[in-house]
Amino acid sequence: MNSAVSFCEAVSLSGRFPLLSGVTLDVGEGEVAHLRGPNGAGKTSLLRACAGLLPIVSGRAEVLGHDLLEDRQSLRREVGLLGHSSFLYEELSVEDNLRFALRASRSPLSRLEPALERLGLQGRVRRTPVGRCSTGQRRRAALAVLVGRAPRLWLLDEPHAGLDLEGRSVVDELVTEAKATGATVLIASHELERAESLADRVIELVGGRVATPMASELVVPGPAPAVPAPAAPGALREVGCDVA
Amino acid sequence: MWRDALLVAGKDLRVEWRSRVGLGQVVPFALVVLLLFGLALGPDAQRLRAATAGLFWVTVLLAAVLAVQRSFAIEAADGARDGLRLSGLDAGGIFVGKAAALVVQLLLLELVLAVAAALLYTTQLSGVALLIGSCLVATIGLASVGTLYGAVAAGTRVRETLLPLLFFPVVAPVLLAATKAWGAALDHRPGGGLGWLGVLAGFAAAYLAIGTVAFGPLLEDS
Repeated sequence: MNSAVSFCEAVSLSGRFPLLSGVTLDVGEGEVAHLRGPNGAGKTSLLRACAGLLPIVSGRAEVLGHDLLEDRQSLRREVGLLGHSSFLYEELSVEDNLRFALRASRSPLSRLEPALERLGLQGRVRRTPVGRCSTGQRRRAALAVLVGRAPRLWLLDEPHAGLDLEGRSVVDELVTEAKATGATVLIASHELERAESLADRVIELVGGRVATPMASELVVPGPAPAVPAPAAPGALREVGCDVA
Repeated sequence: MWRDALLVAGKDLRVEWRSRVGLGQVVPFALVVLLLFGLALGPDAQRLRAATAGLFWVTVLLAAVLAVQRSFAIEAADGARDGLRLSGLDAGGIFVGKAAALVVQLLLLELVLAVAAALLYTTQLSGVALLIGSCLVATIGLASVGTLYGAVAAGTRVRETLLPLLFFPVVAPVLLAATKAWGAALDHRPGGGLGWLGVLAGFAAAYLAIGTVAFGPLLEDS
């Protein structure tokens, strides 16, 4: 399996403060990985680094074949990030925001209607300025952008936050559908049970690095337990810097 | 790049049209400044006419700072700036697009201000071709500088105060040349303004080129 995300001792700084302090991990194409860890562990920073938004200052970091130390920009059309912010323009309607995002990413406008429909954003809400939408509607609009863009790498930061029960189910379906089309998905979430039921693997982050890669990169066996139990040696996946 | 520029310009103008900040705040602000200048100089019509060109362009500069701040404020809300970076748009295209949207807004503002100045300062707008030509190239220069330094200031916590500090010294040549060009047009000697028009065109071309190249790193680093 080719690597969609391959980091080796990757370091990212904010001023002198390390956001990522030597991350080593390898996620294959088509995999769904759940990033978990306490607040400040580096989950959001890792997702932003994978999107090319955070510079990597040392180590090695490749995403979808793009070397992030050389060029962080050329991969951006191939990734979709759902962050804490919606990345939408408050004055523009949901539909206008989606249209702009599709045009900017050179995605066909024919995806606009299906994306709105998939997230339940038809009717009056599609013409509502994002600034007047509820938190859940904004979240749905941000997800509609991802659906419309159909990226090769989905980066989801707390994707269930702010959504109602139906919206959460839609997120789960989108992850499953993305995986079915061969896309790679990284989910950072504190909703362990929900995220791990979607994930092929769990990656635990602590203090800006993957916590003991040998023990933390567990392969989730089918319907995952909420917290991975000590796994059999065969269930562990070792990741080293020589893994390309 | 041009496709991306059109897309960004259209988006910025649509945001402004929907929010009405330009119409509701920047234009009234500029009109009040023009009025205050008139009050400060007193009722001497001769003096007001002589000062029209300078007062007009100082007012445009003050309003331009507000317009530039607004242009980057829309990118600051709800992570839209990261969204713009993630969109994959060409950085040069983003620069040209944002500058073009500012040009459109400032030209409309200048039209309103020119009429207001003619009425308030009882100035006859002569040499219309030179007035329009200098407005166009001066505004391209102002918008280019504004977009460039707007990106620098937008990444800081002191953006509101930093932008004028960066902007005004750099656009001093525009103020000087545009005032001279307008002065020549209003004095019925348009030939005397052509050299200043050239200065404005050179300034605009230089900052358009610098901005197109430098905007990408600024957007990433600031």
